[in-house]
Amino acid sequence: MAVDLPPSTSLQPPTNKRFNWRTFPWWLVAIGLIIAYMGYRIIDDPEYTSIFEAILTGLGTTLMVTGISFICALILGLVLGLGRVSRNVILRNLSIGYIEFIRGVPILVLIFTISFAIVPALSNGLGLNASNVSLTVRAIIALVLIYAAYIAEIFRAGIESISRGQMEAARSLGLTHAQAMRYVILPQAFRNVLPALGNDLIAILKDSSLVSVLGVREITQVSRLSVSSSFKYEETYFILTAFYLTMTLVLSLLLQWLQRKMSSNVH
Amino acid sequence: MSTKLATTNQPMISINNISKFFGDFRALDNVSLTVDRGEVLMIVGPSGSGKSTLLRCINHLEVPDAGNIIIDGKQVTPKERELNAIRAEVGMVFQRFELFPHLTVLENICLAQQKVRNSSRSESEKVARGLLEKVGIPEQANKYPPKLSGGQQQRVAIARSLAMQPKVILFDEPTSALDPEMINEVLDVMLTLAREGMTMVVVSHEMGFARKAAHQVVFMDGGTIVEQGTPDQVFGAPQHERTKLFLSRILH
Repeated sequence: MAVDLPPSTSLQPPTNKRFNWRTFPWWLVAIGLIIAYMGYRIIDDPEYTSIFEAILTGLGTTLMVTGISFICALILGLVLGLGRVSRNVILRNLSIGYIEFIRGVPILVLIFTISFAIVPALSNGLGLNASNVSLTVRAIIALVLIYAAYIAEIFRAGIESISRGQMEAARSLGLTHAQAMRYVILPQAFRNVLPALGNDLIAILKDSSLVSVLGVREITQVSRLSVSSSFKYEETYFILTAFYLTMTLVLSLLLQWLQRKMSSNVH
Repeated sequence: MSTKLATTNQPMISINNISKFFGDFRALDNVSLTVDRGEVLMIVGPSGSGKSTLLRCINHLEVPDAGNIIIDGKQVTPKERELNAIRAEVGMVFQRFELFPHLTVLENICLAQQKVRNSSRSESEKVARGLLEKVGIPEQANKYPPKLSGGQQQRVAIARSLAMQPKVILFDEPTSALDPEMINEVLDVMLTLAREGMTMVVVSHEMGFARKAAHQVVFMDGGTIVEQGTPDQVFGAPQHERTKLFLSRILH
Protein backbone atom coordinates (compact mmCIF):
# COMPACT_ATOMS: atom_id res chain seq x y z
CA MET A 1 0.00 0.00 0.00
CA ALA A 2 1.40 3.37 -0.97
CA VAL A 3 1.84 5.73 1.91
CA ASP A 4 1.46 9.42 1.23
CA LEU A 5 3.95 11.35 3.24
CA PRO A 6 2.81 14.77 4.38
CA PRO A 7 4.69 17.73 2.91
CA SER A 8 7.57 18.29 5.26
CA THR A 9 7.42 21.60 7.03
CA SER A 10 10.84 21.42 8.62
CA LEU A 11 14.19 20.00 7.65
CA GLN A 12 13.72 17.16 10.12
CA PRO A 13 13.50 13.79 8.41
CA PRO A 14 10.01 12.34 8.82
CA THR A 15 9.94 9.73 11.58
CA ASN A 16 7.75 6.66 11.44
CA LYS A 17 7.02 6.69 15.12
CA ARG A 18 5.22 10.02 15.34
CA PHE A 19 1.44 9.82 15.10
CA ASN A 20 0.34 10.95 11.67
CA TRP A 21 -3.35 11.73 11.29
CA ARG A 22 -3.06 11.73 7.51
CA THR A 23 -1.86 8.15 7.24
CA PHE A 24 -3.69 6.72 10.25
CA PRO A 25 -6.21 4.02 9.14
CA TRP A 26 -9.38 5.77 10.33
CA TRP A 27 -11.49 3.49 8.16
CA LEU A 28 -10.27 0.52 10.16
CA VAL A 29 -11.35 2.21 13.39
CA ALA A 30 -14.80 2.90 11.90
CA ILE A 31 -15.32 -0.68 10.74
CA GLY A 32 -13.87 -1.97 13.99
CA LEU A 33 -16.38 0.12 15.93
CA ILE A 34 -19.28 -1.24 13.88
CA ILE A 35 -18.14 -4.82 14.55
CA ALA A 36 -17.57 -4.06 18.23
CA TYR A 37 -21.04 -2.55 18.50
CA MET A 38 -22.57 -5.66 16.94
CA GLY A 39 -20.56 -7.79 19.34
CA TYR A 40 -21.91 -5.76 22.23
CA ARG A 41 -25.51 -6.17 21.03
CA ILE A 42 -25.01 -9.93 20.59
CA ILE A 43 -23.81 -10.26 24.17
CA ASP A 44 -26.27 -7.77 25.62
CA ASP A 45 -29.50 -8.58 23.80
CA PRO A 46 -30.87 -12.17 24.16
CA GLU A 47 -32.68 -11.83 20.82
CA TYR A 48 -29.42 -11.00 19.11
CA THR A 49 -27.73 -13.82 20.99
CA SER A 50 -30.15 -16.43 19.73
CA ILE A 51 -29.91 -15.21 16.13
CA PHE A 52 -26.13 -15.14 16.40
CA GLU A 53 -26.13 -18.72 17.62
CA ALA A 54 -28.41 -19.76 14.76
CA ILE A 55 -26.11 -18.21 12.16
CA LEU A 56 -23.06 -19.71 13.85
CA THR A 57 -24.30 -23.18 12.87
CA GLY A 58 -23.58 -22.33 9.24
CA LEU A 59 -20.07 -20.97 9.82
CA GLY A 60 -18.37 -24.34 9.51
CA THR A 61 -19.99 -24.92 6.13
CA THR A 62 -19.02 -21.45 4.89
CA LEU A 63 -15.41 -21.95 5.93
CA MET A 64 -15.26 -25.47 4.55
CA VAL A 65 -16.79 -24.54 1.19
CA THR A 66 -14.43 -21.53 0.95
CA GLY A 67 -11.30 -23.43 1.95
CA ILE A 68 -11.79 -26.51 -0.22
CA SER A 69 -12.93 -24.43 -3.20
CA PHE A 70 -9.95 -22.11 -2.94
CA ILE A 71 -7.35 -24.89 -2.71
CA CYS A 72 -8.86 -26.86 -5.61
CA ALA A 73 -9.29 -23.69 -7.67
CA LEU A 74 -5.62 -22.84 -7.07
CA ILE A 75 -4.53 -26.19 -8.50
CA LEU A 76 -6.91 -26.10 -11.48
CA GLY A 77 -6.11 -22.42 -11.99
CA LEU A 78 -2.37 -23.14 -12.14
CA VAL A 79 -2.98 -25.87 -14.74
CA LEU A 80 -5.18 -23.54 -16.80
CA GLY A 81 -2.73 -20.66 -16.39
CA LEU A 82 0.13 -22.82 -17.67
CA GLY A 83 -2.09 -23.92 -20.56
CA ARG A 84 -2.88 -20.27 -21.22
CA VAL A 85 0.82 -19.46 -21.81
CA SER A 86 1.66 -22.81 -23.42
CA ARG A 87 3.27 -22.90 -26.85
CA ASN A 88 1.00 -25.83 -27.68
CA VAL A 89 -1.83 -24.44 -29.87
CA ILE A 90 -4.43 -26.96 -28.67
CA LEU A 91 -3.67 -26.54 -24.96
CA ARG A 92 -3.57 -22.77 -25.25
CA ASN A 93 -6.88 -22.54 -27.10
CA LEU A 94 -8.60 -24.98 -24.75
CA SER A 95 -7.45 -22.91 -21.77
CA ILE A 96 -8.36 -19.54 -23.28
CA GLY A 97 -11.72 -20.91 -24.42
CA TYR A 98 -12.51 -22.19 -20.93
CA ILE A 99 -11.39 -19.00 -19.21
CA GLU A 100 -13.35 -16.73 -21.54
CA PHE A 101 -16.44 -18.95 -21.28
CA ILE A 102 -16.47 -18.78 -17.48
CA ARG A 103 -15.64 -15.09 -17.30
CA GLY A 104 -18.43 -14.29 -19.77
CA VAL A 105 -21.24 -15.69 -17.60
CA PRO A 106 -22.47 -14.32 -14.24
CA ILE A 107 -21.35 -16.37 -11.25
CA LEU A 108 -24.89 -16.90 -10.00
CA VAL A 109 -25.98 -18.27 -13.39
CA LEU A 110 -22.93 -20.54 -13.50
CA ILE A 111 -23.76 -21.93 -10.08
CA PHE A 112 -27.17 -23.02 -11.41
CA THR A 113 -25.79 -24.26 -14.72
CA ILE A 114 -22.98 -26.28 -13.17
CA SER A 115 -25.07 -27.71 -10.33
CA PHE A 116 -28.20 -28.59 -12.25
CA ALA A 117 -26.98 -29.13 -15.80
CA ILE A 118 -23.27 -29.89 -16.01
CA VAL A 119 -22.89 -32.08 -12.89
CA PRO A 120 -25.92 -34.27 -13.79
CA ALA A 121 -24.74 -34.54 -17.41
CA LEU A 122 -21.22 -35.51 -16.33
CA SER A 123 -22.55 -38.00 -13.76
CA ASN A 124 -24.72 -39.62 -16.43
CA GLY A 125 -21.77 -39.71 -18.78
CA LEU A 126 -19.73 -41.48 -16.13
CA GLY A 127 -22.58 -43.83 -15.38
CA LEU A 128 -23.16 -42.40 -11.90
CA ASN A 129 -26.38 -41.31 -10.27
CA ALA A 130 -26.36 -37.51 -10.04
CA SER A 131 -28.66 -37.56 -7.01
CA ASN A 132 -25.78 -39.07 -5.04
CA VAL A 133 -23.82 -35.86 -5.50
CA SER A 134 -24.85 -33.63 -2.61
CA LEU A 135 -25.65 -29.99 -3.16
CA THR A 136 -22.66 -28.98 -1.02
CA VAL A 137 -20.36 -30.96 -3.31
CA ARG A 138 -22.03 -29.37 -6.34
CA ALA A 139 -21.53 -25.96 -4.79
CA ILE A 140 -17.83 -26.67 -4.30
CA ILE A 141 -17.49 -28.00 -7.86
CA ALA A 142 -19.18 -24.85 -9.15
CA LEU A 143 -16.94 -22.47 -7.16
CA VAL A 144 -13.83 -24.40 -8.19
CA LEU A 145 -14.72 -24.37 -11.90
CA ILE A 146 -15.56 -20.65 -11.74
CA TYR A 147 -12.65 -19.41 -9.67
CA ALA A 148 -10.09 -21.57 -11.49
CA ALA A 149 -10.73 -19.37 -14.53
CA TYR A 150 -10.11 -16.17 -12.57
CA ILE A 151 -7.06 -17.61 -10.81
CA ALA A 152 -5.68 -18.86 -14.16
CA GLU A 153 -5.57 -15.25 -15.35
CA ILE A 154 -3.70 -14.27 -12.19
CA PHE A 155 -1.11 -16.99 -12.82
CA ARG A 156 -0.84 -15.97 -16.48
CA ALA A 157 -0.14 -12.38 -15.49
CA GLY A 158 2.39 -13.59 -12.91
CA ILE A 159 4.24 -15.76 -15.41
CA GLU A 160 4.27 -12.97 -17.97
CA SER A 161 5.61 -10.53 -15.36
CA ILE A 162 8.91 -12.45 -15.27
CA SER A 163 11.32 -11.05 -17.83
CA ARG A 164 12.09 -13.10 -20.93
CA GLY A 165 15.76 -13.04 -19.98
CA GLN A 166 15.09 -15.35 -17.04
CA MET A 167 13.72 -18.04 -19.34
CA GLU A 168 16.59 -17.47 -21.77
CA ALA A 169 19.19 -17.74 -19.00
CA ALA A 170 17.63 -20.99 -17.77
CA ARG A 171 17.40 -22.45 -21.27
CA SER A 172 20.95 -21.40 -22.12
CA LEU A 173 22.13 -23.56 -19.20
CA GLY A 174 20.47 -26.57 -20.83
CA LEU A 175 17.34 -26.74 -18.67
CA THR A 176 14.22 -27.95 -20.49
CA HIS A 177 11.26 -25.61 -20.86
CA ALA A 178 9.43 -27.50 -18.11
CA GLN A 179 12.42 -27.34 -15.74
CA ALA A 180 12.87 -23.63 -16.41
CA MET A 181 9.20 -23.07 -15.60
CA ARG A 182 9.32 -25.12 -12.43
CA TYR A 183 12.61 -23.96 -10.94
CA VAL A 184 13.00 -20.44 -12.32
CA ILE A 185 9.77 -18.85 -13.57
CA LEU A 186 7.02 -20.22 -11.32
CA PRO A 187 8.68 -19.56 -7.93
CA GLN A 188 9.15 -15.93 -8.90
CA ALA A 189 5.70 -15.66 -10.49
CA PHE A 190 4.05 -17.19 -7.42
CA ARG A 191 5.62 -14.62 -5.14
CA ASN A 192 4.43 -11.80 -7.40
CA VAL A 193 0.82 -12.99 -7.47
CA LEU A 194 0.34 -13.70 -3.75
CA PRO A 195 -1.55 -10.44 -3.12
CA ALA A 196 -3.88 -11.12 -6.05
CA LEU A 197 -4.47 -14.68 -4.86
CA GLY A 198 -5.28 -13.31 -1.41
CA ASN A 199 -7.90 -11.06 -2.97
CA ASP A 200 -9.45 -14.08 -4.66
CA LEU A 201 -9.57 -15.97 -1.39
CA ILE A 202 -11.59 -13.10 0.06
CA ALA A 203 -13.74 -13.05 -3.08
CA ILE A 204 -14.50 -16.78 -2.77
CA LEU A 205 -15.42 -16.30 0.87
CA LYS A 206 -17.94 -13.65 -0.14
CA ASP A 207 -19.21 -15.53 -3.16
CA SER A 208 -19.75 -18.66 -1.07
CA SER A 209 -22.93 -16.82 0.01
CA LEU A 210 -24.23 -17.37 -3.53
CA VAL A 211 -24.44 -21.12 -3.01
CA SER A 212 -27.29 -20.44 -0.59
CA VAL A 213 -29.42 -20.60 -3.75
CA LEU A 214 -28.66 -24.33 -3.79
CA GLY A 215 -29.91 -24.69 -0.23
CA VAL A 216 -26.43 -25.33 1.14
CA ARG A 217 -26.66 -24.44 4.81
CA GLU A 218 -23.88 -21.90 5.02
CA ILE A 219 -24.35 -18.69 6.99
CA THR A 220 -26.41 -16.86 4.37
CA GLN A 221 -28.80 -19.76 3.88
CA VAL A 222 -29.07 -20.32 7.64
CA SER A 223 -29.92 -16.63 8.05
CA ARG A 224 -32.58 -16.78 5.38
CA LEU A 225 -34.13 -19.84 6.99
CA SER A 226 -34.04 -18.15 10.38
CA VAL A 227 -35.68 -15.00 9.05
CA SER A 228 -38.45 -16.94 7.33
CA SER A 229 -39.71 -18.12 10.69
CA SER A 230 -38.67 -15.27 13.01
CA PHE A 231 -39.31 -12.27 10.69
CA LYS A 232 -36.47 -10.46 12.46
CA TYR A 233 -35.01 -9.05 9.27
CA GLU A 234 -33.08 -6.16 10.75
CA GLU A 235 -31.31 -8.13 13.49
CA THR A 236 -30.56 -11.16 11.33
CA TYR A 237 -29.13 -9.32 8.35
CA PHE A 238 -27.12 -6.94 10.48
CA ILE A 239 -25.52 -9.88 12.25
CA LEU A 240 -24.96 -11.72 8.97
CA THR A 241 -23.27 -8.61 7.55
CA ALA A 242 -21.07 -8.38 10.64
CA PHE A 243 -20.09 -12.03 10.15
CA TYR A 244 -18.81 -11.44 6.62
CA LEU A 245 -17.23 -8.12 7.50
CA THR A 246 -15.30 -9.66 10.38
CA MET A 247 -14.04 -12.56 8.31
CA THR A 248 -13.00 -10.47 5.31
CA LEU A 249 -11.34 -7.87 7.52
CA VAL A 250 -9.38 -10.47 9.46
CA LEU A 251 -8.33 -12.18 6.23
CA SER A 252 -7.32 -8.94 4.60
CA LEU A 253 -5.24 -7.82 7.60
CA LEU A 254 -3.66 -11.26 7.77
CA LEU A 255 -2.75 -11.10 4.09
CA GLN A 256 -1.30 -7.61 4.46
CA TRP A 257 0.79 -8.78 7.38
CA LEU A 258 1.97 -11.82 5.41
CA GLN A 259 2.84 -9.65 2.44
CA ARG A 260 4.79 -7.19 4.56
CA LYS A 261 6.65 -10.06 6.18
CA MET A 262 7.51 -11.56 2.81
CA SER A 263 8.65 -8.29 1.29
CA SER A 264 10.87 -7.60 4.29
CA ASN A 265 12.35 -11.08 3.80
CA VAL A 266 13.16 -10.31 0.20
CA HIS A 267 16.80 -10.73 -0.02
CA MET B 1 49.12 -12.60 -25.75
CA SER B 2 47.45 -15.93 -25.19
CA THR B 3 48.12 -19.11 -27.04
CA LYS B 4 45.52 -21.05 -28.93
CA LEU B 5 44.98 -24.61 -27.85
CA ALA B 6 44.67 -26.29 -31.20
CA THR B 7 43.79 -29.89 -30.33
CA THR B 8 42.22 -30.65 -33.67
CA ASN B 9 41.88 -28.73 -36.86
CA GLN B 10 38.12 -28.74 -36.70
CA PRO B 11 36.84 -25.30 -35.63
CA MET B 12 34.90 -25.05 -32.34
CA ILE B 13 32.10 -23.09 -33.97
CA SER B 14 31.34 -22.77 -37.61
CA ILE B 15 28.56 -20.48 -38.65
CA ASN B 16 27.48 -21.15 -42.23
CA ASN B 17 25.38 -18.71 -44.27
CA ILE B 18 23.09 -17.64 -41.46
CA SER B 19 20.14 -15.35 -42.20
CA LYS B 20 17.56 -14.11 -39.75
CA PHE B 21 14.47 -11.99 -40.27
CA PHE B 22 12.34 -10.17 -37.72
CA GLY B 23 9.20 -9.59 -39.77
CA ASP B 24 10.47 -7.75 -42.84
CA PHE B 25 13.65 -6.64 -41.12
CA ARG B 26 16.70 -8.58 -42.17
CA ALA B 27 18.74 -8.82 -38.97
CA LEU B 28 21.36 -11.17 -40.42
CA ASP B 29 22.17 -11.53 -44.07
CA ASN B 30 24.08 -14.65 -45.09
CA VAL B 31 26.71 -14.47 -42.36
CA SER B 32 29.52 -17.03 -42.17
CA LEU B 33 32.21 -17.21 -39.52
CA THR B 34 34.41 -19.73 -37.80
CA VAL B 35 35.79 -19.72 -34.28
CA ASP B 36 38.75 -21.96 -33.52
CA ARG B 37 39.36 -23.84 -30.29
CA GLY B 38 40.68 -21.52 -27.63
CA GLU B 39 40.01 -18.49 -29.77
CA VAL B 40 38.59 -15.25 -28.40
CA LEU B 41 36.40 -13.62 -31.01
CA MET B 42 35.11 -10.09 -30.49
CA ILE B 43 32.11 -8.83 -32.39
CA VAL B 44 31.73 -5.05 -32.60
CA GLY B 45 29.30 -2.86 -34.47
CA PRO B 46 26.61 -0.22 -34.06
CA SER B 47 23.32 -1.11 -32.38
CA GLY B 48 21.01 -2.89 -34.79
CA SER B 49 23.98 -4.28 -36.73
CA GLY B 50 22.96 -7.84 -35.89
CA LYS B 51 25.83 -8.64 -33.53
CA SER B 52 23.64 -9.75 -30.62
CA THR B 53 21.34 -11.65 -32.97
CA LEU B 54 24.33 -13.51 -34.39
CA LEU B 55 25.46 -14.42 -30.88
CA ARG B 56 21.95 -15.56 -29.91
CA CYS B 57 21.72 -17.68 -33.05
CA ILE B 58 24.74 -19.70 -31.93
CA ASN B 59 22.81 -21.36 -29.07
CA HIS B 60 19.49 -20.93 -30.88
CA LEU B 61 17.94 -18.41 -28.50
CA GLU B 62 17.07 -17.07 -31.93
CA VAL B 63 16.48 -19.77 -34.50
CA PRO B 64 18.03 -18.70 -37.82
CA ASP B 65 15.80 -18.71 -40.88
CA ALA B 66 18.55 -20.04 -43.13
CA GLY B 67 22.00 -21.54 -42.78
CA ASN B 68 23.39 -23.76 -40.07
CA ILE B 69 25.68 -23.70 -37.07
CA ILE B 70 28.04 -26.46 -36.09
CA ILE B 71 29.49 -26.53 -32.57
CA ASP B 72 32.30 -29.01 -31.93
CA GLY B 73 31.17 -31.16 -34.83
CA LYS B 74 27.50 -31.19 -33.88
CA GLN B 75 24.92 -29.26 -35.86
CA VAL B 76 22.67 -27.10 -33.69
CA THR B 77 19.05 -28.05 -34.32
CA PRO B 78 15.77 -26.72 -32.94
CA LYS B 79 14.95 -30.26 -31.73
CA GLU B 80 14.47 -29.95 -27.98
CA ARG B 81 16.49 -32.86 -26.68
CA GLU B 82 19.54 -32.30 -28.86
CA LEU B 83 19.37 -28.55 -28.43
CA ASN B 84 19.32 -28.85 -24.63
CA ALA B 85 22.39 -31.07 -24.75
CA ILE B 86 24.23 -28.54 -26.91
CA ARG B 87 23.13 -25.58 -24.79
CA ALA B 88 24.48 -27.28 -21.68
CA GLU B 89 27.92 -27.12 -23.33
CA VAL B 90 27.62 -23.50 -24.48
CA GLY B 91 27.70 -20.97 -21.68
CA MET B 92 26.03 -17.60 -22.04
CA VAL B 93 26.54 -14.38 -20.11
CA PHE B 94 23.90 -11.69 -20.52
CA GLN B 95 24.03 -7.93 -20.45
CA ARG B 96 21.59 -7.81 -17.54
CA PHE B 97 23.16 -10.79 -15.71
CA GLU B 98 19.85 -12.68 -15.48
CA LEU B 99 20.72 -14.36 -12.22
CA PHE B 100 17.75 -16.08 -10.60
CA PRO B 101 16.75 -13.62 -7.85
CA HIS B 102 14.85 -16.17 -5.73
CA LEU B 103 17.91 -18.42 -5.38
CA THR B 104 21.10 -17.74 -3.46
CA VAL B 105 24.34 -17.21 -5.33
CA LEU B 106 25.33 -20.78 -4.54
CA GLU B 107 21.97 -22.17 -5.69
CA ASN B 108 22.23 -20.15 -8.90
CA ILE B 109 25.47 -21.93 -9.72
CA CYS B 110 24.19 -25.36 -8.60
CA LEU B 111 20.78 -25.42 -10.31
CA ALA B 112 21.81 -26.55 -13.78
CA GLN B 113 24.51 -28.88 -12.46
CA GLN B 114 21.86 -30.71 -10.46
CA LYS B 115 18.98 -30.63 -12.93
CA VAL B 116 20.86 -31.01 -16.21
CA ARG B 117 23.96 -32.93 -15.19
CA ASN B 118 22.29 -34.80 -12.30
CA SER B 119 25.23 -34.03 -10.08
CA SER B 120 24.73 -34.41 -6.34
CA ARG B 121 24.12 -31.51 -4.01
CA SER B 122 27.48 -31.79 -2.29
CA GLU B 123 29.36 -32.27 -5.55
CA SER B 124 27.68 -29.28 -7.22
CA GLU B 125 28.24 -27.07 -4.17
CA LYS B 126 31.89 -28.00 -4.16
CA VAL B 127 32.16 -26.96 -7.80
CA ALA B 128 30.20 -23.77 -7.10
CA ARG B 129 32.41 -22.75 -4.18
CA GLY B 130 35.51 -23.39 -6.24
CA LEU B 131 34.18 -21.19 -9.02
CA LEU B 132 33.20 -18.40 -6.62
CA GLU B 133 36.78 -18.52 -5.39
CA LYS B 134 37.95 -18.23 -8.97
CA VAL B 135 35.81 -15.16 -9.70
CA GLY B 136 36.89 -13.64 -6.40
CA ILE B 137 33.69 -13.56 -4.33
CA PRO B 138 33.60 -16.71 -2.19
CA GLU B 139 32.11 -14.75 0.73
CA GLN B 140 28.91 -13.99 -1.24
CA ALA B 141 27.83 -17.63 -1.60
CA ASN B 142 24.76 -17.44 0.61
CA LYS B 143 23.50 -14.03 -0.42
CA TYR B 144 20.71 -13.38 -2.87
CA PRO B 145 21.72 -11.77 -6.17
CA PRO B 146 19.84 -8.45 -5.71
CA LYS B 147 22.07 -7.78 -2.67
CA LEU B 148 25.20 -7.86 -4.83
CA SER B 149 26.74 -5.09 -6.90
CA GLY B 150 26.44 -5.29 -10.67
CA GLY B 151 30.04 -6.37 -11.06
CA GLN B 152 29.61 -9.11 -8.47
CA GLN B 153 26.39 -10.28 -10.12
CA GLN B 154 28.07 -10.54 -13.49
CA ARG B 155 30.94 -12.53 -11.96
CA VAL B 156 28.38 -14.92 -10.44
CA ALA B 157 26.77 -15.20 -13.88
CA ILE B 158 30.16 -16.16 -15.34
CA ALA B 159 30.65 -18.72 -12.55
CA ARG B 160 27.17 -20.09 -13.26
CA SER B 161 28.02 -20.74 -16.89
CA LEU B 162 31.46 -22.15 -15.98
CA ALA B 163 29.80 -24.68 -13.66
CA MET B 164 28.57 -26.56 -16.72
CA GLN B 165 32.17 -26.91 -17.98
CA PRO B 166 31.24 -25.33 -21.29
CA LYS B 167 33.23 -25.67 -24.47
CA VAL B 168 32.39 -22.10 -25.42
CA ILE B 169 31.07 -19.07 -23.58
CA LEU B 170 29.03 -16.44 -25.35
CA PHE B 171 29.17 -12.95 -23.84
CA ASP B 172 26.38 -10.56 -24.83
CA GLU B 173 27.61 -7.06 -23.91
CA PRO B 174 28.75 -8.27 -20.47
CA THR B 175 29.86 -4.85 -19.23
CA SER B 176 27.26 -2.55 -20.80
CA ALA B 177 24.94 -2.52 -17.79
CA LEU B 178 27.74 -1.94 -15.27
CA ASP B 179 28.85 1.20 -13.50
CA PRO B 180 32.26 2.25 -14.85
CA GLU B 181 34.15 1.32 -11.69
CA MET B 182 32.89 -2.26 -11.90
CA ILE B 183 33.79 -2.97 -15.49
CA ASN B 184 37.35 -4.01 -14.79
CA GLU B 185 36.54 -6.64 -12.19
CA VAL B 186 34.43 -8.41 -14.84
CA LEU B 187 36.98 -7.91 -17.61
CA ASP B 188 39.69 -9.34 -15.35
CA VAL B 189 37.72 -12.55 -14.93
CA MET B 190 37.18 -12.71 -18.69
CA LEU B 191 40.91 -12.14 -19.29
CA THR B 192 41.74 -15.02 -16.97
CA LEU B 193 39.38 -17.30 -18.90
CA ALA B 194 40.92 -16.20 -22.18
CA ARG B 195 44.41 -16.97 -20.90
CA GLU B 196 43.25 -20.39 -19.77
CA GLY B 197 42.24 -21.15 -23.32
CA MET B 198 38.45 -20.86 -23.10
CA THR B 199 36.79 -20.38 -26.46
CA MET B 200 34.89 -17.10 -26.19
CA VAL B 201 32.61 -15.11 -28.45
CA VAL B 202 32.25 -11.62 -27.04
CA VAL B 203 29.89 -8.89 -28.21
CA SER B 204 31.40 -5.80 -26.62
CA HIS B 205 33.04 -2.48 -27.32
CA GLU B 206 35.72 -2.89 -24.66
CA MET B 207 38.77 -1.97 -26.73
CA GLY B 208 41.17 -2.68 -23.91
CA PHE B 209 39.91 -6.23 -23.59
CA ALA B 210 40.01 -6.65 -27.36
CA ARG B 211 43.66 -5.60 -27.57
CA LYS B 212 44.69 -7.77 -24.62
CA ALA B 213 42.70 -10.92 -25.35
CA ALA B 214 41.02 -11.07 -28.74
CA HIS B 215 42.49 -13.15 -31.54
CA GLN B 216 39.96 -12.02 -34.05
CA VAL B 217 37.69 -8.99 -34.33
CA VAL B 218 34.61 -8.85 -36.51
CA PHE B 219 32.95 -5.56 -37.40
CA MET B 220 29.28 -5.92 -38.31
CA ASP B 221 26.85 -3.47 -39.83
CA GLY B 222 23.43 -3.93 -41.41
CA GLY B 223 23.33 -7.65 -40.67
CA THR B 224 26.57 -8.46 -42.47
CA ILE B 225 30.24 -8.78 -41.61
CA VAL B 226 31.92 -5.69 -43.00
CA GLU B 227 35.43 -6.36 -41.88
CA GLN B 228 37.35 -8.94 -39.90
CA GLY B 229 40.91 -9.46 -38.78
CA THR B 230 43.20 -9.17 -35.80
CA PRO B 231 42.51 -6.35 -33.31
CA ASP B 232 45.46 -4.43 -34.73
CA GLN B 233 44.17 -4.75 -38.26
CA VAL B 234 40.56 -3.81 -37.52
CA PHE B 235 41.18 -1.12 -34.92
CA GLY B 236 44.57 0.08 -36.16
CA ALA B 237 44.09 0.08 -39.88
CA PRO B 238 40.41 -0.30 -40.79
CA GLN B 239 39.83 -0.76 -44.51
CA HIS B 240 36.19 0.20 -44.82
CA GLU B 241 34.59 3.62 -44.42
CA ARG B 242 31.86 2.29 -42.17
CA THR B 243 34.41 0.72 -39.84
CA LYS B 244 36.42 3.97 -39.71
CA LEU B 245 33.32 6.01 -39.00
CA PHE B 246 32.19 3.63 -36.27
CA LEU B 247 35.60 3.48 -34.61
CA SER B 248 35.98 7.25 -34.71
CA ARG B 249 32.69 7.49 -32.80
CA ILE B 250 33.46 5.00 -30.07
CA LEU B 251 37.10 5.94 -29.61
CA HIS B 252 36.28 9.65 -29.32
